Amino acid sequence: MPLLSVDELTITFAGRGQRDARAVDGVSFDVDQGQVVGLVGESGCGKSVTSLALMGLLPGRGVRLGGRAEFDGTDLLTLPAARMRDLRGTQLAMIFQDPLSSLNPVVPIGVQVTEILARHRGMRGEAARKEAAHLLDRVGIPDPTRRLKEYPHQLSGGMRQRALIAMAVACAPRLLIADEPTTALDVTIQAQILELLKELVDQEGTALLMITHDLGVVAGLCEQVNVLYAGKVVESAGRRALFDAPTHPYAHGLLGSIPRLDAPRGEALRPIRGSINDRIDWADGCAFAPRCDRYTMECLTGTPALTEPHTPGHQARCVNPVLPEGATSPQRTEATG
Amino acid sequence: MLRLVVRRLLQLIPTLLGLSVLLFAWLNRLPGGPAAAILGEKATPADVAAIEEALGLDQPVWVQYLRFLQRLGRLDLGTSTMTGQPVWEEFTRAFPATVELGVSAMVIAVVVGVPLGYFAARRRGGWLDVTAVSGSLLGICIPVFFLAFILKALFAVQLGWFPSFGRQTTGIDATEITGFYVLDGLLTGEFDAAWDAVTHLVLPALALASIPLAIIVRMTRASVLEVLGEDYVRTAESKGLRKSTVRGRHVLRNALLPVVTAIGLLTGGLLSGAVLTESVFAFGGIGSFIKEAIDARDYPVLVGFIMFIALAYVVINLLVDLAYGLIDPRVRVH
Repeated sequence: MPLLSVDELTITFAGRGQRDARAVDGVSFDVDQGQVVGLVGESGCGKSVTSLALMGLLPGRGVRLGGRAEFDGTDLLTLPAARMRDLRGTQLAMIFQDPLSSLNPVVPIGVQVTEILARHRGMRGEAARKEAAHLLDRVGIPDPTRRLKEYPHQLSGGMRQRALIAMAVACAPRLLIADEPTTALDVTIQAQILELLKELVDQEGTALLMITHDLGVVAGLCEQVNVLYAGKVVESAGRRALFDAPTHPYAHGLLGSIPRLDAPRGEALRPIRGSINDRIDWADGCAFAPRCDRYTMECLTGTPALTEPHTPGHQARCVNPVLPEGATSPQRTEATG
Repeated sequence: MLRLVVRRLLQLIPTLLGLSVLLFAWLNRLPGGPAAAILGEKATPADVAAIEEALGLDQPVWVQYLRFLQRLGRLDLGTSTMTGQPVWEEFTRAFPATVELGVSAMVIAVVVGVPLGYFAARRRGGWLDVTAVSGSLLGICIPVFFLAFILKALFAVQLGWFPSFGRQTTGIDATEITGFYVLDGLLTGEFDAAWDAVTHLVLPALALASIPLAIIVRMTRASVLEVLGEDYVRTAESKGLRKSTVRGRHVLRNALLPVVTAIGLLTGGLLSGAVLTESVFAFGGIGSFIKEAIDARDYPVLVGFIMFIALAYVVINLLVDLAYGLIDPRVRVH
């Protein structure tokens, strides 16, 4: 049984006077114990909202949740707020995008680490400070005892993200959700942070749900990848399978849009045309159709199903999938599970 | 820290000197003068000249100014032309009443305003929020003296819950040490006198608190709403902290930063701006004294008062800056 099983998750924001906006439209994916799973997509595809919904951090008013998200057998979406509060920090933890704005500017780093130790592990005073220093040391912050007394603005960007990671792993959670943890950082620091996450996950057996728009991050870290488009998973595969044979035209376009150093001089970049705003309702057909080079009238006849067009375990939601060379006609087997 | 204090206090010297020059130039332009005010309408020019000579007003303005500076060097603000008492003594007599009133009003405004603003923001759009927002608009709109009259008419005259004027019931046997009646009563153990002073304070303090209260409610509300949307509050929630920790350490502490600045500025205003409230309740503070001094063209008192208010503003702002450094490490002075 997977550690986290998200099944047909929908998130709808009540529109004030306008029609409701469905940010996430039936997303399903699993995260196994100790597995690193990527949730990939461009801005606005619903990946961040998904993570906030799993953490129970969406506002109660104006947001409707549907489907299930079973974590170790309990549905996170219907869990009472008080129970969720106990799970957060201990079982589930999260790392956010912008480390500076994610840290309280007027509270010393030390207090921001020890408060979680006090809350969940009952540690106070000297014991808590020692453990906090140990945690900072473990995420690679030099001179941790001195850093405990400092404030976020006195730390560098990479150090701040390390401190946030220290807080997230303070109670050895079973699932860590990282929402674009490297986006706000310099490239050299990005690599260090990813390395650190990988190390922690390997050592502790923590499962990691990595939310990113950066395919480089996916390539370096994730075992299983789910590509999101307009609130639905459009492709789900192992990392190798995805990079070798991107099957949904969107995933294909994403990989194709990466500039390559070995490309011939003067070759134009290949962006996916349009933006995520050029979409149709999933109910009417494939939301990607208006931007897709392969679309046919068939694309506009209801939501395409998630199928395994060429390889078992490699799922794509497309009626005109991109098939790897050598693959025979699409098998169109209905995906299971 | 010490350097900041010293630098600010040094900056005060040119500020006050400049202010005093302006004051002398301006007062000299005012029609009438202390002599006319003392003698009344039927004064003969000879009488006026005699008094002006006695007060030193026959001298050119710059001579008067130099004499003022000379006295100031000895911390002597001169003698009131209205009462014949040293200005300094008049101030020490009248200021405690104003400070007591101003501080009480500010305590009311902060103790009521901050929680009200906070809960209004937490339950945005709820009945408490609507009441707080419209109530604070009303508080800003109603003239203070009008509110003072209403409070007095209702709670003092009609219902008789509170005394209607003064700082103390006449004939009460209270020992005076500092001039702050509530404090005196507590210091000497004369609790009945302290309580008597408190009942006298309630209505004028409520009237005076209306505007600062309204401002503090609004600022706290806006600030809390802003902070609630901050990423670090989400981080705190993601750690599964108790609600009380999230609210106290992460929301309120940040939300109060702008409110502290406002409290400082408002406090300065209360010290100089209680004139109308004091006259409605015959409170006998500096406000009513200054009103009389203006009528009497009492130059020494006016100059001394205005300079004192300037001093008070600077000192209060310095205190605010220091307090700010305590709660916000980003602006801490090293």
